[in-house]
Amino acid sequence: MTDTDVIVVGAGPAGSCAAIAAAQAGKRVVLIERGPFPGSKNMYGGVIYPRILDELIPGWFEHAPIQRWVVRRSTMLLSDTGALNIDYRSNAWGQAPYNGATAYRPDFDNWLAQQAVAAGAELICSTTVTGLLRDPQGRITGIKTDRPDGDLTASVVIACDGVNSFIAKEAGLYKNVDASNYTLGVKETLSLPKHVIDERFGVRDNQGVDIEILGGTSGVNGGGFIYTNLDTIALGVVLKLPKLSAQKKRPEEIIAELKRHPAIAPLIEGAEVIEYSAHVIPEAGLDMMPKMVADGLLVAGDAAALCLAAGIWLEGVNFAMASGMYAGQSAAQAITAGDTTASGLRSYTKKLNETFVLKDHKKLRKIPHLVLSDRVQHKYPNFVTGIVERMFRVENPNPKPGVRRILREERKKAGISLIDLVRDALTGLKGFG
Amino acid sequence: MSLESLRAANNIERDTTWAEMSFQDRIDTAEFRIHERAHITVNGDSCRGCTTRECVVACPANLFVPTSDGGILFNYENCFECGTCYLVCNKEGAITWTYPEGGYGIVFHRT
Repeated sequence: MTDTDVIVVGAGPAGSCAAIAAAQAGKRVVLIERGPFPGSKNMYGGVIYPRILDELIPGWFEHAPIQRWVVRRSTMLLSDTGALNIDYRSNAWGQAPYNGATAYRPDFDNWLAQQAVAAGAELICSTTVTGLLRDPQGRITGIKTDRPDGDLTASVVIACDGVNSFIAKEAGLYKNVDASNYTLGVKETLSLPKHVIDERFGVRDNQGVDIEILGGTSGVNGGGFIYTNLDTIALGVVLKLPKLSAQKKRPEEIIAELKRHPAIAPLIEGAEVIEYSAHVIPEAGLDMMPKMVADGLLVAGDAAALCLAAGIWLEGVNFAMASGMYAGQSAAQAITAGDTTASGLRSYTKKLNETFVLKDHKKLRKIPHLVLSDRVQHKYPNFVTGIVERMFRVENPNPKPGVRRILREERKKAGISLIDLVRDALTGLKGFG
Repeated sequence: MSLESLRAANNIERDTTWAEMSFQDRIDTAEFRIHERAHITVNGDSCRGCTTRECVVACPANLFVPTSDGGILFNYENCFECGTCYLVCNKEGAITWTYPEGGYGIVFHRT
């Protein structure tokens, strides 16, 4: 007899959804969190797309602790002095059924974990999992923790222990761990009065803004972001790891330079840093994903590298919630059917393959590499801003130069060969499906 | 209107729009519940032969400090537990990385 049916390691969005799904299916669930409360170890650069919760928590939007609903989605290209902003606004996104939301993860993740408790799961915080228990055949049968007498057995363990997933690594599910598949996200939470944020960003009530930035990261491959909360702004950068040290610039210096940019500085003037944070992101998508099923074990969320970093689409929490939910459902089915071997748990990968979780990743497989490639990072922002700069600069008495000439000259100035431009355009067109 | 007053009126291109912050002040905005056990240890001997020292630049908490004799001084206390250091380290065995005891370490609030 096992201590419980399902152990979920990590009460982030993947873990809590796994716990809710398994508990709703009538299984005994223990949800283990190493932080003092769920969400206390979690940060993101981000927006939550919570529609996947319709299935687990009907009416979630009445209760979820969100900050603002994103009604303006901007993509900004920065050169040293210029900025091109493509901004889409839809106030409909601020009303049911909603689209994306900003939220503090310690609030949101804690709320989600309480939904698991309400569904019947037992939440145990301040407990670090230190290893896996196995039977003589090597099948995973539970976990070791840092509590006295802290071993716990279960029919299925679901590893939702985040980007560093020592459980997936201990189980041998990652072939290799390559730093170039990861980025480092660093972020400042900046405080400003709500009415100032509303005015500067052109929003009101709980309407919010999401700005994704290409360029402005001091020559390090990556990107920047700005999100509005009610009375704070989240501003940060995402930096490709192995390239970071080559530039000899520390993360906080890169943030400081972004904040000084003429297009960014007026947005945050007078704001005070009230919290600094950092986290690693699994960016390489399908190319870095581990095996997600073993005998007695499922892996979900960042632990399974289920984070979509595809340039204009940057999503993670929704992938975590969905994969967690499917893992919880598959674990419950396998327990009911009496087969929790890898073969009995196979419905999990089947479900991931049938839904957006792996469909989006397969469709956009080449995009993470393209977005983080040197040309896209260091040449295109200058190329594109250079074109726009000249198109709208009126140099009378000289006549307008003509668009084709501008394109040719700016392409040469940016050092992009025609063949590379065509190749990247095709990769982009094909890659974005 | 002069260029200066135009800039002032439009709030653009000022030299400093916000005060620079010391690194210690930056770190002090985060809450760390420090346990007596170091959850990360660094083997200084391995670091002595390292020429790249990626950890020194990359660690967002700036916890790796080069010493004059070619070693690395490390302090675990203000660690974000992000994993950057072991990912960028190319000296096998130089960094031993675990999570802190349950309930300890970084505690985020508005992230």
